[in-house]
Amino acid sequence: MSVTREEVAKIASLARINVDEKDLDHMVPEFNNILAWVEQLGEVDTSSVEPMTAVIEQKLRLRDDVVDADPLTGGGKRDAILANAPVAEHGFFGVPKVIE
Amino acid sequence: MTDLTSLGVREIRDGVANGAFSAVEVAEAFNAAVAAAAQLNAFIVTTPDHALEAAKKVDADRAAGKELGKMAGVPIGMKDLFATKHVQTTAASHILEGFKPEYESTVSQKLWDAGAGMLGKLNLDQFAMGSSNETSYFGDVANPWRRNDGGNAKLAPGGSSGGSSAAVAARIAPAATGTDTGGSIRQPAAFTGISGIKPTYGRCSRWGIVAFASSLDQAGPMARSVEDCAIMLEAMAGFDPKDSTSLELDVPAWAESLNADLKGKRVGIPREYRMDGTDEEILKSWDDGIAWLKDAGAEVVDISLPHTKYALPAYYIVAPAEASSNLARYDGVRYGLRDLPEKAGLQDMYAATRAAGFGDEVKRRILIGTYVLSAGFYDAYYTQAMKVRTLIQRDFEAAWEKCDFVLAPTTPTAAFPLGDKLDDPLAMYLNDVFSVPASLAGLPAMSVPAGLNKDGLPLGLQIVGPAFDEQAVLNAGLAIEQRAGFTAKPEKWW
Repeated sequence: MSVTREEVAKIASLARINVDEKDLDHMVPEFNNILAWVEQLGEVDTSSVEPMTAVIEQKLRLRDDVVDADPLTGGGKRDAILANAPVAEHGFFGVPKVIE
Repeated sequence: MTDLTSLGVREIRDGVANGAFSAVEVAEAFNAAVAAAAQLNAFIVTTPDHALEAAKKVDADRAAGKELGKMAGVPIGMKDLFATKHVQTTAASHILEGFKPEYESTVSQKLWDAGAGMLGKLNLDQFAMGSSNETSYFGDVANPWRRNDGGNAKLAPGGSSGGSSAAVAARIAPAATGTDTGGSIRQPAAFTGISGIKPTYGRCSRWGIVAFASSLDQAGPMARSVEDCAIMLEAMAGFDPKDSTSLELDVPAWAESLNADLKGKRVGIPREYRMDGTDEEILKSWDDGIAWLKDAGAEVVDISLPHTKYALPAYYIVAPAEASSNLARYDGVRYGLRDLPEKAGLQDMYAATRAAGFGDEVKRRILIGTYVLSAGFYDAYYTQAMKVRTLIQRDFEAAWEKCDFVLAPTTPTAAFPLGDKLDDPLAMYLNDVFSVPASLAGLPAMSVPAGLNKDGLPLGLQIVGPAFDEQAVLNAGLAIEQRAGFTAKPEKWW
């Protein structure tokens, strides 16, 4: 299977990455080379195999259902969370206007 | 007085503990070596004060008669993929340039708690995606090794942990942290003549490590001896409730239990790793390794890992798929770069920020990942790759019926010149052909130096063990280390 220039542009748009015509010139052949190479997986008979869900069998744990069960990942961290924001105002992340 | 920068982890720790030298003297010696090695470009930022403060504390603790940690007085390099509190953490990307975490990763915190200090944040391939350290936004790292042909062509230090491998090989750090998703500890270790181990998936907490492919990412140590790796891995490993896939197991005393006597052990030699076109010298070093393990008492058995050839293509579906999801968080809102063109809306801001902030290889993998997860293609690519992953794991499970560990080359070639494979992504991916199967199966695997090739460059041998059996891997690594007698080091040119 190979992808067209329009399809690569569509994928880039889904991934929220701007690409220009020049980017597409090299991206499309690279993309198709990689796809052609991974398609050898189609040779493998997997009809009786389950896809892997966990590489090491583990039980998912539940934490205690209390506020701030872990002080590092609990609440009350507003200023720390905003510390690296490109724009933060009034205790919130700032973004361009989304509703006219 | 001994040149302190020639010492490894155990030698430094023991020397500090018995008063042969102070931790501050060690930190100062390495800080100076780091400052003098800017040509290698191994560090993105240096943190001499962090190393010095940690050393002062160790010296004070010793003077007060307090018990010292496993890494007391050892200054290390920290791969810039680990979040370090108030110290820039970039994953070698533009999009995270200037990001100063408000928290410390579990693994780095454990190392500081064990008495280690930080020399700086080490360069790497951007978001750990690469095998040559050439995808970093902060420039290539130079391998301290050069070919013995008298030329001065710069060679790749491997990747993604290329800053780590270069720093340890150049003796500007006694040890460094690495992370391994498809070979990012083992391949750079092999390219620079050092040792490195990726433990069983889940041994080291992923909390605070910038995520690439979460079902594969594992941290591990890189150092110049098997024993140093064992000591440092003990300090890094351990259960962490903040990582949902952290193993709820005690950390074994790997260093104390090291034993190079392999009587009664069986080493498996996978026939599928003898691939067409593999470098003759790599095959010869593999034969040397087999002879050394036999000499250590191991029985050699021929084994088959039939799905080996499908591991790399499966990896290049699974890893980009997970990466495309993990890297969705970089949107110019919460941290890092924001590119807001004139009159742009929110969606335009996301797309502009990500176009400006990610390098070519990162974009390539995000796009591949987005494609293989998209409706209509998911089953053909992603589900099929995860089924193949099951088969690769079953191959190893069948192998453990016949052997206790596996010996193979780490890489198909020695270090190559910077720029050599930059225009051909597939040629670059093939570097990981021998390392990826163990990653897909979550198994402990290590690279140890085997010798030099005719160009005077180091070659590595890889040992893969069953899940949770890092000891088997370390023991076999030690048996090889004792017999390879690898004492060569790069001639200083930086």
